[in-house]
Amino acid sequence: MLGWLLQRVAQALLVIFAMSLVVFLGLHAVGNPADLLLAPDATQIDRAELVARLGLDRPLWQQYLNFASSALQGDLGRSFVYNVPAVTLILQRLPATLELAFAAMVFAVIIGVPLGLYAGLYPERVLSKLIQTGSILGFSLPTFWVGLLLIMTFSVSLGWLPASGRGETVRVFGVEWSFLTLNGLRHLLLPAINLSLFKVSLVIRLTRAGVREVLPLDYVRFARAKGLRRGRIVMMHILRNIMIPLVTVLGLELGSTIAFAVVTESIFAWPGSGKLILDSINALDRPVVMAYLLVVVTLFVIINLVVDILYRFLDPRVREEASA
Amino acid sequence: MTTVPAAASARRPSSSALRRFLRAPSAWIGLGLMTLLVIGAVFAPQIAPQNPFDLAAIDVLDARMTPGSVSSTGDITYLLGTDGQGRDLFSAILYGLRTSLTVGVGSAVLAGIIGILLGLIAAWSGGFIDALIMRLVDLLMSLPSILIALLMLALLGKGIGNVVLTLVLLEWAYYARTARAQALVERKRDYFEAARGLGLPTSRILLRHVLPNCLPPLLVIGALQVARAITLEATLSFLGLGAPVTQPSLGLLIANGFQFMLSGEYWISFFPGLTLLTAIVAINLVGDRLREVLDPRALK
Repeated sequence: MLGWLLQRVAQALLVIFAMSLVVFLGLHAVGNPADLLLAPDATQIDRAELVARLGLDRPLWQQYLNFASSALQGDLGRSFVYNVPAVTLILQRLPATLELAFAAMVFAVIIGVPLGLYAGLYPERVLSKLIQTGSILGFSLPTFWVGLLLIMTFSVSLGWLPASGRGETVRVFGVEWSFLTLNGLRHLLLPAINLSLFKVSLVIRLTRAGVREVLPLDYVRFARAKGLRRGRIVMMHILRNIMIPLVTVLGLELGSTIAFAVVTESIFAWPGSGKLILDSINALDRPVVMAYLLVVVTLFVIINLVVDILYRFLDPRVREEASA
Repeated sequence: MTTVPAAASARRPSSSALRRFLRAPSAWIGLGLMTLLVIGAVFAPQIAPQNPFDLAAIDVLDARMTPGSVSSTGDITYLLGTDGQGRDLFSAILYGLRTSLTVGVGSAVLAGIIGILLGLIAAWSGGFIDALIMRLVDLLMSLPSILIALLMLALLGKGIGNVVLTLVLLEWAYYARTARAQALVERKRDYFEAARGLGLPTSRILLRHVLPNCLPPLLVIGALQVARAITLEATLSFLGLGAPVTQPSLGLLIANGFQFMLSGEYWISFFPGLTLLTAIVAINLVGDRLREVLDPRALK
């Protein structure tokens, strides 16, 4: 188990290292950072001075070490546009993205699990077939277009929900949150549904497949033979057993949900880190782009690592397998 | 022995696979829609009433007209309305479809060639080269595609060419993994030993003997990757990182219509989106059916 753990952690570190290397080399392949930082009327002496100050005259491996050591201290350069540290900028915007991603996950569960359960328990019914087809459609519908349709329907035609921004926020622990106010919740609803679309389909499929797998097992039939109520069998015996794979997959999906929030944020003008990265790519604000990529990849790797470890500890079968 | 017995020809895998493929209605629907879209894209210059990329042919006075309106000059009926610049939307969709399909198919084919070659090389050489290629595959497949796309486009700059490069980078890993797994199975077959016994050169064994036997699952991956590439290209163009404004792909058309949607002019975004959806669903239908036919495990 310990060997596996160390191996898994090493693997995670390797991914972060590889990403930092790509980001660093990319930064140097695309152009000399000095050219980007210098004013157009700078003299050769200014240039030499800046190059020496940034350490650009040293060998590449040494420059990478400098870059990595300052990155570890949370310094990834200053934004050209906002003139504040890039990491600060990302961390300011990240809570909005995390809020959106978590809300999408919650939606995926509260919509996906009941539908998947129904489709799994009554596979022959028409509604189950509809759910099944709907989940296939959910995989192929382009997220951004669905976002537009949501705005068209619920904001423009019906006028029920707002189409952009976060609405009123409440400050808790020094961070603004939308889900604590009614107005904020109304703003959160459409983007969260949009972002959850793909995950809802995934949860439906997983739940349905899990139910189909568990239903014919002896312990479910035994519970039925004991005369337990159907609702109790579903809740205590079936749902509990499909929860572990479901939670694991959802946990692993959280990272990609955070990354894909870029699309949803840009449609609904949600002021998160995804919106920031798009603006930064357009403004050629390279430090912010690089900081975003490194922060999100690190986040992604850590989430996956934690989920992976939790899964090992939660599922007794996997635990025994690992120790055997 | 000049006539081939009927039973023998029926057992030929390719013909029976085709027949089984066409047995499902979903395959017909998918193929039908796909043919329609491909014809529309290929013959766009002949079908479209207007060249939407030709700024001289566009009249700004005709901007944002509802579907079915007649142009101010009276010679074009805008079947699906016009966009914010006065482009005939039907023409713009046909030309946009051209871009989307070219990018999707082109990147899938390019990634297929690279991925299959690397997969075969990994399976053949084993050891360090195998480990190196497969770890790269793992890395690419573990990270969210949008993140890699953002990284590439931030490094290379915006533009449709760079989007194709990004798609190739994202896709080759899927082919490589399958090609390698398939080739490792084929390596144990008798024909492989026989070919080696004959002393054929490695490249000939891999390309003429192993590759044809690996093809069925790779075809399925190819179909699904085309759909994935089209979606991702549309998404990136929608975000303003792909196709240039003067030559919009479907994704950019949808993005351009977005601002007018808030004032109720839905058609500028809606119809390009519907076309995009049709293309993706058609390809997925065909891909799913291909998988059912070609992958014996899916039949159970």
